[in-house]
Amino acid sequence: MGKKVLMKGNEAVAEAAILAGCRHYFAYPITPQSELIEYMAKKMPLVGGTFLQAESEVAAINMVLGAAACGVRVMTSSSSPGISLKQEGISYIAASRLPAVIVNVSRGGPGLGNIAPMQCDYFQATRGGGHGDYYTPVLSPSTVQEFADMAPLAFEIAERYLTPVLILGDGMLGQMMEPVEFPDSYPPQLDPSSWALGARRTPDDRHIINSLFIDPYVLKEKTEILFEVYDEIKKNEIRYETYNMDSNAKTLVVAHGTAARVAKSAVDALKEEGVEVALIRPITLWPYPYDAVAEAAKGKDKVITIELNMGQMVEDVKLAVCGECPVDFIGKAGGVVFTPEEIVSLIREKIS
Amino acid sequence: MTVVKGRTKGLTDTRLTYCPGCLHGVAHRIIGESMEELGIIEKTIGIAPVGCSVFAYNFFNCDVIQVPHGRAPAVATGMRRARPDRIVFTYQGDGDLAAIGTAETIHAANRNENITMFFVNNATYGMTGGQMAPTTLPNMKATTAPYGRDIEDTGYPMRLCEILSQLEMTNYIERVSLLSPKDILKAKKAVKKALQYNMEGKGLSFVEMISTCPTNWGMDPLKAREWARESMLPVFPLGVFKDRAADEAKAKEAK
Repeated sequence: MGKKVLMKGNEAVAEAAILAGCRHYFAYPITPQSELIEYMAKKMPLVGGTFLQAESEVAAINMVLGAAACGVRVMTSSSSPGISLKQEGISYIAASRLPAVIVNVSRGGPGLGNIAPMQCDYFQATRGGGHGDYYTPVLSPSTVQEFADMAPLAFEIAERYLTPVLILGDGMLGQMMEPVEFPDSYPPQLDPSSWALGARRTPDDRHIINSLFIDPYVLKEKTEILFEVYDEIKKNEIRYETYNMDSNAKTLVVAHGTAARVAKSAVDALKEEGVEVALIRPITLWPYPYDAVAEAAKGKDKVITIELNMGQMVEDVKLAVCGECPVDFIGKAGGVVFTPEEIVSLIREKIS
Repeated sequence: MTVVKGRTKGLTDTRLTYCPGCLHGVAHRIIGESMEELGIIEKTIGIAPVGCSVFAYNFFNCDVIQVPHGRAPAVATGMRRARPDRIVFTYQGDGDLAAIGTAETIHAANRNENITMFFVNNATYGMTGGQMAPTTLPNMKATTAPYGRDIEDTGYPMRLCEILSQLEMTNYIERVSLLSPKDILKAKKAVKKALQYNMEGKGLSFVEMISTCPTNWGMDPLKAREWARESMLPVFPLGVFKDRAADEAKAKEAK
């Protein structure tokens, strides 16, 4: 590992992407991801990479589509309203089986909402987001270090399964400064020459990238192949973290990203009071760690989902727990972030 | 028996899916021939739009990608930036390029991206069944303008060559037609020149081809060509709107 540096999440994920070999980045300005696009604007020319500020989010994601089709590591980033605009392109990238990384430094919504950190894009992120029958792997960091580590991981997953991968951060993680360490080496890019455009190996080796399958039986077959890939992703890529699980806690908290970070502090504070609460933090939001959440909920009196929204992941928690024990919800809209004290008293209320 | 003239190697053997009398086939052929004559088939990437030519990936013998409606110039930008050693061209109709993709078109042109854009203008949405396009002529009937295009209500036909040639950096902009063999020979010259500029890294080359849609216009192919000549060419005059590379070469010579 290199030496520790103090960085904002937005900068750390950008730096990690560059270190991981990403040399193409296309994006459009939006708060609270500005440090990311600005970092790329500054750094890409210095490493011989391409930085281009697109005319729109729509154009940016289509530039990503073009670069991805040529087999290079390519990334874009935005924040909630901008990610909505990218969904058309993400659907095409998913259908065309191309690897790409999209970072959402999410903010308050719906509509223009505000620029405060919120987790209200959970549904959009985990249910495909655009039109059609597809999913994108979604990674949810809870520290600046993890945000950075997810850049190379996202490229790896994207290339292994030929899929767009979404890193779902939020304004808090993007803006916050923490010490980060960057590894000395990164996974090399997988060889794209069997499918990339402009990569003919013989004169007859014509490559076509397409998402149009006019014959319903062909589209059916293509979609089934896509879902076989999704089964593989579910088998291999589910990630989560558990905390205070060895205690004899009767309450399980489920939270991801920034909310999990606050929840962790609350778990520690409650422990000091003699109240044991276990925590599970999904790191992949799709595929969702249903089995792990179900396992963690076993023998508990109550499951409490904590989110910075009005209740989105709680639906997955209910699917996981499947009626085995009551699932409660603590949430806050508007980009108002909980304090650990607030969570402590809310959990205390829920379990008393 | 010797083969005197065959199908260009720039196109595949796949049978075209266009309507009888449609000029997309001609546009395809002159692009295919130009790629072959320039020896760039294997290093070219084509971009198929949404519209009648959505299946172009079956016809052009280079690598091809099919992209979202109107986004071809943005995809081309990403490609050319990723592979500056490749020739990238877009092939779009009027709805794709001049309506839903206007922003992508104008900004790719404004950046003078080193790509070639082929724009087939037949004043209608062909594939979806003859709806009004941004290029539909005043009073011309369309399925979404059943009483004829009222320019007071929906604006005047958009002239892309004229708009794009106003942008400072664009390199080469020409409007040709596919309405007669003579016009097609001229169009072929423009197509080849556009690809040549691309190979030389001169920036954006844009060739608009005035075409027909006998099916949606409700005319036989010959009548459609006649009508296009009479009605479209006054609104969309042919000619070279910009040739910055040639102008600069001339200026250099004059010095």
